[in-house]
Amino acid sequence: MQVTKELVGYVAELSRIKLDEAQTEKMQSELGAVIDYMDVLNRLDTDGVEPLSHVFNITNVMREDDVKPSYDRELLLSNAPERTDETVIVPKTVE
Amino acid sequence: MNWEIVMGLEVHVELSTKTKIFCSCTTEFGGAPNTHCCPVCTGMPGTLPVLNEKVLEYAVKAGIALNCDITRYNKFDRKNYFYPDLPKAYQISQLYLPFARDGHVDITTPSGVSKSIRIHEIHMEEDAGKLIHSPYGDATFPDYNRCGVPLIEIVSEPDFRSAEEVVAYLAKLKSSFEYLGISDVKMEEGSMRADVNLSVRPYGSSEFGTRTEMKNINSFKAIERAIAFESQRQIELLESGGTVVQETRRWDDNKGKSLAMRSKENAQDYRYFPEPDIPPISISEEMIKELTDAQPEFAHEKLERYVADFGMAKADAEIITSSKHLASLFEKTTELCGNPKETVYWILSQIMYFMNERGVLPENITLSPEKFARFIGIVLSDRINRQTGKTVFEAMFFADGDFDVEKYIVENNLEQVDDTDLIRETIKSVFAANPKTVEQYKAGQTKVTGFFVGQTMKALKGKAKPDTVNKVLTEELKNL
Repeated sequence: MQVTKELVGYVAELSRIKLDEAQTEKMQSELGAVIDYMDVLNRLDTDGVEPLSHVFNITNVMREDDVKPSYDRELLLSNAPERTDETVIVPKTVE
Repeated sequence: MNWEIVMGLEVHVELSTKTKIFCSCTTEFGGAPNTHCCPVCTGMPGTLPVLNEKVLEYAVKAGIALNCDITRYNKFDRKNYFYPDLPKAYQISQLYLPFARDGHVDITTPSGVSKSIRIHEIHMEEDAGKLIHSPYGDATFPDYNRCGVPLIEIVSEPDFRSAEEVVAYLAKLKSSFEYLGISDVKMEEGSMRADVNLSVRPYGSSEFGTRTEMKNINSFKAIERAIAFESQRQIELLESGGTVVQETRRWDDNKGKSLAMRSKENAQDYRYFPEPDIPPISISEEMIKELTDAQPEFAHEKLERYVADFGMAKADAEIITSSKHLASLFEKTTELCGNPKETVYWILSQIMYFMNERGVLPENITLSPEKFARFIGIVLSDRINRQTGKTVFEAMFFADGDFDVEKYIVENNLEQVDDTDLIRETIKSVFAANPKTVEQYKAGQTKVTGFFVGQTMKALKGKAKPDTVNKVLTEELKNL
């Protein structure tokens, strides 16, 4: 699979990140290397091999349904670049 | 041309667990913005979500109730999308191995169509936050209190052909989940939400048309309106030579129309991959057996039993079983007073009246079966007549916890008058006060009898025993 500039641009748009020309080229070669490695993996014979759904052979890690105190809102908001007393601020998502 | 509407439904149901699906924050509705939040549900880097065992239990209960195959080995996946209602930029959901598949829901519509709606799958996932858009400038304020509230999404096959079928299906889901006790299932409050996938095709065609998906429908009435509007829009488009574009549309119930969402919001490329933070779920045969045995008696089963055991009319049984709370009040009261017929009478005449005329919701009824049964005992022992009974019932129904039926009757002097002499005297004074009506009776106008009964009851403040009034009146009329 060929990682084109257009594909990088599309993924960047889905992720809502802006890439300049130099970053796009860098990303194109880095993503290309990742995809090339997938091609290497694809050459392996995986007939009869169960798909791996988790790296550890464990299941059912769960917790009881007991309420614990939530976090201090001030702490949760403290790293936000833009915020009010109650929420973070994001660009308006409706027109 | 005649067109057929084809629909499939995606229904999201919030599960009523105490805590969120992957963290121990409360699921309580409301609260000041971002006060039911922690690093996990606000998507802080380095946090580890851990599944709530109650979510799995409730989900599997729902899967069994909708006749699904429970996936013995299921797992979670990441659905990636970048939108500020979900701070992680992905939703933990189930794509590859949902916990339930291949079920069905049997419905009967008011016009008598009986059919089985196939369930494609049900999966567990987390709810998103609520976005508050500022009316003053370029700002949106996300409230993540709802973020991480557990949901199940029930995906049907495209088996619906009318709005009536859709409503019957949703009502059946609502009732089933209410009896299971796994959700509040209130469409108006968003704990049950439906997305409708709709296409039209010429009658007789076996191919599907291009579909649209309508979101944001939040009441049974809105569903009917949305379906009527969208099917008409597609038909008009096709008949005028246009084509339907596959897109997501937002239903605006105030404007009464569906509007296409912006193309960016339409970009559905979720790049799913297995969720590495949550180990797979293995469901044992014991668990399935246990939860199957624990399934409650559902509305349609209760209905059959009420008709068979209590000789209840089917229409009456339908009303009472339509709500778990009404059915429970009926069963407990009947057990205490031993008189199902009388219990049904008061539920259908009085409680239904309060529900229809005063907006009382079954889940908010505070009347205890004990009080209700005592009240029925008093009516049956002739201490008050039925007319007075209505007044007493109303006072009891809307009263606070410490209402005493006996005391209320005594204090308000409501006991039934069955004193033949007093009734006879009253009748005589009614005759004396209405000489013209007496003349009419004598002239053969027997219809005025009802007038005499009414005047006598009125004079005795509605408390007289109707049988005795009738009996004495008949005697006195002969003496005229």
